[in-house]
Amino acid sequence: MYVAVKGGEKAIDNAHAWLAEERRGDPTVTELSVAQIREQMTLAVNRVMAEGSLYDPDLAALAIKQSRGDLIEAIFLIRAYRTTLPRFGGSHPVNTDEMACDRRVSATFKDAPGGQVLGPTFDYTHRLLDFKLAADGEVAEAPQSPAPDTATPHIMSFLDRESLIQEEATGLETPDDLTRTPLELPASRALRLQALTRGDEGFVLGMAYSTQRGYARNHAFVAELRIGAVAVEMDIPELGFAIEIGEITLTECETVNQFKGSKTEPPQFTRGYGLVFGMTERKAISMALVDRALRWQELGEDNMGAPAQDEEFVLYHCDNIQATGFLEHIKLPHYVDFQSELELIRKLRREAMQMQEAAE
Amino acid sequence: MEEISPDVAARKAWLGLLAKCDAEQLQELWCSVDEPEHSMLRAPEIGGVMVRGRAGAVGAAFNLGEMTVTRCSVKLADGTIGHAYVQGRDKAKAQTAAMIDALMQTGQAAAIRAQILTPLQQTYDAAKATRAARAAATKVDFFTMVRGED
Repeated sequence: MYVAVKGGEKAIDNAHAWLAEERRGDPTVTELSVAQIREQMTLAVNRVMAEGSLYDPDLAALAIKQSRGDLIEAIFLIRAYRTTLPRFGGSHPVNTDEMACDRRVSATFKDAPGGQVLGPTFDYTHRLLDFKLAADGEVAEAPQSPAPDTATPHIMSFLDRESLIQEEATGLETPDDLTRTPLELPASRALRLQALTRGDEGFVLGMAYSTQRGYARNHAFVAELRIGAVAVEMDIPELGFAIEIGEITLTECETVNQFKGSKTEPPQFTRGYGLVFGMTERKAISMALVDRALRWQELGEDNMGAPAQDEEFVLYHCDNIQATGFLEHIKLPHYVDFQSELELIRKLRREAMQMQEAAE
Repeated sequence: MEEISPDVAARKAWLGLLAKCDAEQLQELWCSVDEPEHSMLRAPEIGGVMVRGRAGAVGAAFNLGEMTVTRCSVKLADGTIGHAYVQGRDKAKAQTAAMIDALMQTGQAAAIRAQILTPLQQTYDAAKATRAARAAATKVDFFTMVRGED
């Protein structure tokens, strides 16, 4: 039975007023601007854009400020805003071959054409706290070198030339969209990739890590990891042709896994794929590993009963907004539900005590 | 790929530049142009575009997530229509871009190119070149250690 209860309006208003004050913190400390968050908390902004599934650094920065740095709350704000936008259309698939790479590394080919470009990475830092950052100082300008004016080729294309890598299947030009129709299983790879790219970084990381530790044998090499800007192109009906409507930073990870071959496929390498908004390297690698684990059926592999192979488990639990919505609702009033539980337990106890007394 | 005429290619290029350029610089440059008489065909409108990728970079398309885009269409007094789709949520930028698209189809094209598009392109190219040069400076030069076993 559901009984509507009113009340608490004043308490709620006052709680929100206090929240605003707490968000601001000590007023003698300078207030953070949205631009500061956008420019200096870039990786948090990137995570909010990726999992909020909306590329807009200013909005993501605003959401982080509003949520007091609670990134899942910020993602929630972005998801809610996203639903208010009219959809102008869908872009052409982005061409990551033409990415202007800030970073591009391969763990499989040392001398890959285009080279190993480290970019602004945390790798090889000593992970020691830098107390110089606590005092504001000028940053030295980063060195520059002459850059090649050609695009960096994908490393997979070299394996592809020798047919050593499994071919990717083609699919619908307008892929299924889980923001428009509820996710149903079995899901197409397109839907799995959409769910993973907006999935919770921690969850996808945990799933990926489980495959490395042996839950579904899945030894992946990072054939290529690239981060950089790509143009987004869309057909404009009123013009009758496609134009670039913007430019976004993406992280792309392609993994190769050994594959012994099956009844229909010769021995070759197979692929896992990760593509995520922003500079989000951990997430993109995780996505590629989980994508690969979920492809066991298509590749004729055994179901090891591993969580990362279980499409339903992965896809229905990777969304942190769905998860937090259901999890956090249990803190909201359940007075009536609990009242009935209380009645029941009292009754059961009464009966149990009577039986015990009778036995004595 | 379908063949496109040089006119379409040129228009694609300036519309793409207007979509990606720095809004502040665009407005500064636009100040130097006398705003032409125009009517609004479609007032600036903010919306989303679903960005797509391809599985394995070459396979089936999938939905990556949306991006914010603002569009606008204007009509000049002589009937020329200008359209714009620009990244983000800046309505003023979309409107200015639509006006520039319209003017680029008129006798003023050469002046607009010189006053607005060329400087915008230069700024855009310079920013790209700086990033590429920074990336190039982080390229690894391998050297082989002398090994003892042979």
